Amino acid sequence: MHLGDITGVSREETRRWRRVALVLILIAGLGGPAGQTVDAAQPAEQSVPDGFVPMDDVPAEEQLPAAPLLAAAYIVVWVLAIGYLWTIWRRLGSVEKELAEALRRVGETDGA
Amino acid sequence: MSRRLFPWLIGLSLVFFVVAPILIVRAPLEQEMGLIQKIFYFHFSAWMAMYLGICVLGISSALFLFRRKPAVDRLAVSAAEAAILFGLMGLITGPIWAVKSWGVWWNWDARTTIALILELILVAYLLLRSYGGPGSDRLAAGLGMFAMANLPFLYISTNIWRTIHPPTSVVPTLPVDFGIPLWWSFAGFIVLCLALLTARVRLEEQRATLDRLYLALEDE
Repeated sequence: MHLGDITGVSREETRRWRRVALVLILIAGLGGPAGQTVDAAQPAEQSVPDGFVPMDDVPAEEQLPAAPLLAAAYIVVWVLAIGYLWTIWRRLGSVEKELAEALRRVGETDGA
Repeated sequence: MSRRLFPWLIGLSLVFFVVAPILIVRAPLEQEMGLIQKIFYFHFSAWMAMYLGICVLGISSALFLFRRKPAVDRLAVSAAEAAILFGLMGLITGPIWAVKSWGVWWNWDARTTIALILELILVAYLLLRSYGGPGSDRLAAGLGMFAMANLPFLYISTNIWRTIHPPTSVVPTLPVDFGIPLWWSFAGFIVLCLALLTARVRLEEQRATLDRLYLALEDE
């Protein structure tokens, strides 16, 4: 049974892809020595750096603006404080409502 | 008592927080960091409020373990929540400052890492209180004491480990122009922490009253 019967790829197509893979392997094999030849021809002073090179002085247009960051920090503090106070107020309201209901039930039980 | 104290404390903290931006705007710019250094006034104060919350948590946890008084346990759980809030403020304002000054949002140095771990310990405390079941109050009290034991390490971390975080010597040697907005903001955060604590303790007291009422109803 051919794999193409399962995957839906014809025998002709499989052969074509094999040929493409073979050509690619040949190019890669020939490309190595050819690349070395090109590298050897390069002048030493124009060598390409290995990775990113850090810059000491960041230009003004590349720097993050401080004012929005500062404003964001203060807004976060205010929002968190007010938000937390609101959650306490909401929870307290809920408990006090339940407490009033429980007190009413206790009063009814005592009355009966 | 918490019911009477809360309006005074929240009013006072509001005064501090309304005046603080004026003082911060008038404060001079720092030579190297410039405008972004002004985050320092709220960042430092938020951490100090967190320290206060953790101290209250640790001491009340110890008292609960040895005396077993429910009132101190209520104070402990309230202090843990307040400490988480102020710790979160510090953990958010810190990276905002860092991205401008250091060029990165987060740096895994000793100070920031210990601060994050301490915040996670506090979250663990609340999770234990919420889902730990019977007896979790005593386990959580142990965790609360452990959180307080971590505080000195957090404070001295910049002095004993190699870090790019400003050391503890910055605050005592601050010039007056920087000191006024800092200590004003510090007072505001401490008063706000106390106000939130009183409100949160009130909530715990009401919950305890409700539990007692439900038990009384079940008995009848």
